[in-house]
Amino acid sequence: MTLCVMPLILASGGDVLVLLEVRNLRVYFKNDAGQELRAVDGVSFTVPHGKTVALVGESGCGKSVTALAILRLVEVNGRIAGGEVLFEGKNLLALPEKEMQKVRGKDIAIIFQEPSAALNPVYTIGDQIMEAILLHQSVSREKARALAEEMLHLVGIPEPRKRLNEYPHELSGGMKQRAMIAMALSCRPKLLIADEPTTSLDVTIQAQILALLRELQRQIGMAILLITHDLGIVADMADEVVVMYAGKVVERGTKYDIFKRCRHPYTLGLLRSVPRLDVDEKVLASIPGFVPDPLHFPEGCRFRGRCFLEDEACTAEPPEIALGNGHVVYCHHAALSEVCHGER
Amino acid sequence: MGNGEVLLRVENLKKYFPLRAGVFKKVVGWIRAVDGVSFEVFSGETLGIVGESGCGKSTLGMTILRLLEPTEGRIFFAGQDITKLPPAKLRPIRKDMQMIFQDPFSSLNPRMTVQAILEEGLRVHRVVPRDTMRKEVEMLLERVGLSRDYVRRFPHEFSGGQRQRISIARAIALRPRLVIADEALSSLDVSVRAQVLDLLQELKKEYSLTYLFISHDLAVVRQISHRILVMYLGKVVELAPKEAFFARPLHPYSVALISAVPIPDPDVRKVRIILSGDVPSPLQPPPGCRFHTRCPRAQEICAMVEPSLLEVEPGHFVACHFPGCLTLEEAS
Repeated sequence: MTLCVMPLILASGGDVLVLLEVRNLRVYFKNDAGQELRAVDGVSFTVPHGKTVALVGESGCGKSVTALAILRLVEVNGRIAGGEVLFEGKNLLALPEKEMQKVRGKDIAIIFQEPSAALNPVYTIGDQIMEAILLHQSVSREKARALAEEMLHLVGIPEPRKRLNEYPHELSGGMKQRAMIAMALSCRPKLLIADEPTTSLDVTIQAQILALLRELQRQIGMAILLITHDLGIVADMADEVVVMYAGKVVERGTKYDIFKRCRHPYTLGLLRSVPRLDVDEKVLASIPGFVPDPLHFPEGCRFRGRCFLEDEACTAEPPEIALGNGHVVYCHHAALSEVCHGER
Repeated sequence: MGNGEVLLRVENLKKYFPLRAGVFKKVVGWIRAVDGVSFEVFSGETLGIVGESGCGKSTLGMTILRLLEPTEGRIFFAGQDITKLPPAKLRPIRKDMQMIFQDPFSSLNPRMTVQAILEEGLRVHRVVPRDTMRKEVEMLLERVGLSRDYVRRFPHEFSGGQRQRISIARAIALRPRLVIADEALSSLDVSVRAQVLDLLQELKKEYSLTYLFISHDLAVVRQISHRILVMYLGKVVELAPKEAFFARPLHPYSVALISAVPIPDPDVRKVRIILSGDVPSPLQPPPGCRFHTRCPRAQEICAMVEPSLLEVEPGHFVACHFPGCLTLEEAS
């Protein structure tokens, strides 16, 4: 335990160990009525080299928007309203578009939840993987084709040569996700953003894909930013965890900080409301109420109205409380919630 | 749990969908979605039906309600054979069997108010007199945890969790005996899912309901069910009381399924049985045991002889030539 303290301290000091640092990122959207929705509102976290960081939260918490904003892929009705995305020290948000295109797909790759929506139905799998290779590497078409075949083999697709000439609809959901991973990893990225990579897959196929991601991470040495709502996957895959709620980070820390000594009432509520396969629970503890819509986020702490620790103090913006080793919580009552763990 | 009385019995139920091709839409094959399923549901129990997409669990639910016409087999509800009942005779029985669907966005008519949605069934089946209808609707709303002031609102004004509560209110409005919940919690967020799961448990007690709880999520099924039925490619592979099922699953597919679910606790380290390959197509299911193409313990016989569903321990049924051969201990 004490051994891993050093790198973490170094990491938080802006050392080379940090691959990606997101600082105070803000992404705002305009709805049809012209109202501004603060979907991501001051999000900060870091991703160390070669590690897996999970961005967790429920739908609408801004986790996917955060991921897309890192690659500057925000929809037309949205804009990056502020903050910095430092990748190996350089601010991606300040890069000219041409430079940014060199980063996308090469240094940072992304895979999505719906492989069928992310793959182009009118091009073969081979063409789509080769496109990425030819764009970022100066190799011949033959070499690119050989590399594409090698990638398909690497992700465990049987008969890769034959698959190169097939179209996405000829592949099953799990195979499509493998093809997308092959495409994403074809240029050996330093960071893979995986946005709910297994949500549309069956649990036995999910197990295959997660095992594959872990194995490829070991081989290629890339870092993974894993966006998911599934705490089981987080416990399985992540080194560090960032918990988001209503456009803000509420808590972040190592996997053990979050699962074993979380200090934010939302994190605690989330952990308690997940049914576990290995334990029988008669009644699940649930969080009352529901996630507020982005037009009506409460002032101050956004978890207000659902929190069992709420009082007058919560109408003010919650303070950032550092608990050491990179464990940070944004709560007026973080000291209090420490005592709540024993209840379960 | 149940009082031993059989509320629903399904015998060798089959539902095949034709696969058509060509200009004349000739039938070129049959998709065997449900292929010879038999089981009983006791009054007052919750039977969880699990399986991966395409295993036929949703088709099974729809066929039991006769929203789809069965290809073969028989369905008995409260002792009565309802397989061939004409619509007029089926209607009074429909009141006793209600369904909750996965997607609360498409299962509620967007042009009807909450009041109209909840009243519809009450009116058709004349459950309460006209003058107390409004009161009944308000009572139902409050029972599922929504404000009585919502009666005039439309579905789009609600969140996913609230809509699912409206679907639940609609299902219990007729005081049914059997509720079939098809992935009823799957579209909900974690924190809301727990609330709705707890609500379903309360209502079950209060209205003495029997649930057929169809889900792909084993953890949720474990919380709510008394018995678990596992389907694979249109067949039942295992049926057992919950405790026995999780303590000692006997079918290799069940073992793999349980081992594949990630546990939200970093201290729980488990070795996974990672099945190779995909689920085969129900158009041409493999011969013999349908799981043999992915089974880590498959032998020669598995590809040739189809195993029948046998009771190997009291109440514990399994369709496997080598039940219990693959154990969870191996995986953990």
